[in-house]
Amino acid sequence: MSEASVTTDPASTHVPARMSTLDALEAEGIHIIREAVGTARKPVLLFSGGKDSVVVLHLATKAFWPGKVPFELMHVDTGHNFDEVIEFRDRTVERLGLRLQVMKVQDYIDDERLRERPDGTRNQLQTVPLLDGITQHKYDVVFGGARRDEEKARAKERVVSLRDEFGAWDPRNQRPELWNLYNPRHLPGQHVRVFPISNWTELDVWRYIERENLDLPSLYYSHDREVFKRDGMWLSPHPAVKMRDDERTETRSVRYRTVGDASCTGAVESPATSISDVIAEVASTRITERGATRADDRVSEAAMEDRKKEGYF
Amino acid sequence: MSTDIAYEAADSRVTSLLRFATAGSVDDGKSTLVGRLLHDTKSILADAYEAVERVSRDRGLEAPDLALLTDGLRAEREQGITIDVAYRYFSTPKRTFILADCPGHVQYTRNAVTGASTADALVVLIDARFGVVEQTKRHLAVAALLRVPHVIVAVNKIDLLDYAQGPFRHIERHVQSHAESLGLTNVISIPVSALEGDNVAVASTRTSWYEGPTVLDVLETVPSIDDGADLYGAAHKRGVKHPTAQDAADAETGWRFPVQLVLRPQDGAISPEYREYRGYGGQVAEGTVRVGDPVTVLPSGRTSTIAGIDTSTGALDEAFTGQSVALRLSDEIDIARGDLLAFGTDAPKAERQFHAHVAWLTDRPLRVRDRVLVQHGTAMVQAMVTSIDGILDISLPGGTLDNSIAKGHELLLNDIGVVSFQLAQPLAIEDYGRHRRTGAFCLIDPQDGNTLGAGTARAQVPGSGEDAYVSI
Repeated sequence: MSEASVTTDPASTHVPARMSTLDALEAEGIHIIREAVGTARKPVLLFSGGKDSVVVLHLATKAFWPGKVPFELMHVDTGHNFDEVIEFRDRTVERLGLRLQVMKVQDYIDDERLRERPDGTRNQLQTVPLLDGITQHKYDVVFGGARRDEEKARAKERVVSLRDEFGAWDPRNQRPELWNLYNPRHLPGQHVRVFPISNWTELDVWRYIERENLDLPSLYYSHDREVFKRDGMWLSPHPAVKMRDDERTETRSVRYRTVGDASCTGAVESPATSISDVIAEVASTRITERGATRADDRVSEAAMEDRKKEGYF
Repeated sequence: MSTDIAYEAADSRVTSLLRFATAGSVDDGKSTLVGRLLHDTKSILADAYEAVERVSRDRGLEAPDLALLTDGLRAEREQGITIDVAYRYFSTPKRTFILADCPGHVQYTRNAVTGASTADALVVLIDARFGVVEQTKRHLAVAALLRVPHVIVAVNKIDLLDYAQGPFRHIERHVQSHAESLGLTNVISIPVSALEGDNVAVASTRTSWYEGPTVLDVLETVPSIDDGADLYGAAHKRGVKHPTAQDAADAETGWRFPVQLVLRPQDGAISPEYREYRGYGGQVAEGTVRVGDPVTVLPSGRTSTIAGIDTSTGALDEAFTGQSVALRLSDEIDIARGDLLAFGTDAPKAERQFHAHVAWLTDRPLRVRDRVLVQHGTAMVQAMVTSIDGILDISLPGGTLDNSIAKGHELLLNDIGVVSFQLAQPLAIEDYGRHRRTGAFCLIDPQDGNTLGAGTARAQVPGSGEDAYVSI
């Protein structure tokens, strides 16, 4: 140490932290959820059955213990979701005695409010049903499981993020967010999105799932599946995914790192059958979660930013 | 120099979290330093790095521009500038880190104040060729105002000075004397080359005259709030120069607990045994709450005792700073969201007037008699500006914060001023110098709900007595 030394107590550096990173992230998540609900008229949690929304829901059960989670869940169903995930979603809602609102993209396509895209993917089509759901049910605080480490535009979004009458995010006009003071105030017609696990990484999420012994859809673990390769990703044959002439399916041991729309969510080859296997794999991986498995984020450098400006999650 | 250290990810189940901020401009090499930290700790994943290489090549750059890792918005890439604070996440086997990367050019005050508000440590960049410049003083003033517990001054580009000791020692002395006049006690200067990697994550062999820690060494070892760093600070304020864990425990006095929610499940209980449960949900803002502690409720002044500390996984004997819990009291008294629970014999007073340093973060000016909402902990109270007593001007001679206040009667965007408020209801707002959580507040527009500014409260009467918030 130089003369201008920092006050570092030598003893303190060898004692295990009084609060681990997971403890701190959990306490922060609970604090954020309680703050948002404390000022909300009608909150809702966007629940897809994916691991991030499972963690947010679990934090909510802790935040309001010994009461039930005091808000509804909403899912925007693209119609291309994996059956296992929908089944898991419904089982979880049942177990916690909650109410689930489902907004179906298929309904919008059937009555021609939305048109199917040429490539068959429906992720981009979720925005309108999402905003309609928020308006119809008069939700004013919308919880989501987005994390800042997922994507560069998300790295700049606030924990509590104001959306205008069109659900749009204005990245250049965000409210400053200081200390642990969050500002969910908004005008009639506006709403706020709240992201309680903004500061978690993919690895934190998995370690927390392990510590809290959380149940997840089986897709997250290694299983044998008929897949075919497109743009370096393993896609699963699905009515929504037209295989091209030169594409052939084969059976591989795969798992999903994210469970979105089947038409654009890829699997990764993996032998990881348990939570600890997955943690070891995530800890050593060299490819980001979205880079590996989300075709929709590969479209352009600003694909996520553009979708968020239109009101996306 | 070898930077080929096989870092594993930290085990977040046992290691602590450190939140730190970096302040400086592109010209100081801040983005390079951040990129170097991420790169040398093996925190940049392959596809992200390849994207940076590809875009850098497309722009005709010789080396990958690591700033591209953090500039996430279209406008930032188009203009080649960083607009907003970006949060980055990385870890070493010793710790996990949340880095708030604060750009220096646009919205300077807003970004620096935002990043510093949650930081356990602030890394300030200096270009070794130019030494302490006006921007350095501004960074140090923000660190002093926001009471960032540790400041690391990275004296960068020493490779351009052939790794000579003289210029570094000169800058180190200058930094030290300026920091002292601001009341900053934990400041360390480190000679680095972010470009070459010297003393960032790996000790340099080219600065044999320097025996101090690398930037990463300091970040890995300074106590964070989750290690009880606030207690070390309390011991430090009592004059203990290098507090031990025991000193820290001895220095601990009261605790503070802003009530977020009243937990009264009734028919919504998860099981019938909790039908009549009544607890108060919140996060411990400061100190350690213990079962049996006397409690004062603010602003009402009613008193009770802690009957229980609950979590969904079981009851606790004590809860410390940062923990989210539910408190039960031994008496049924009227408590609502916005109230502050405090240790009985060390409770602050709720007042209707206070003054503060205010960082003004919006386009329209703040003037005397303006009406705003004060967001303090979980409380939201109407307030009126009764006077604006000056504006911070770091170019004034004198060095201390109080000497750097120029006359002024309105605050413009990115100004920091001294402002007095009258409140519609009393608030237990405390001296930020001693209470980083209960001394902090935001100002909110009562009409559209936007966040207008951020403040750090000063002791009630400046310049008089022990509690005065003088020159920090």
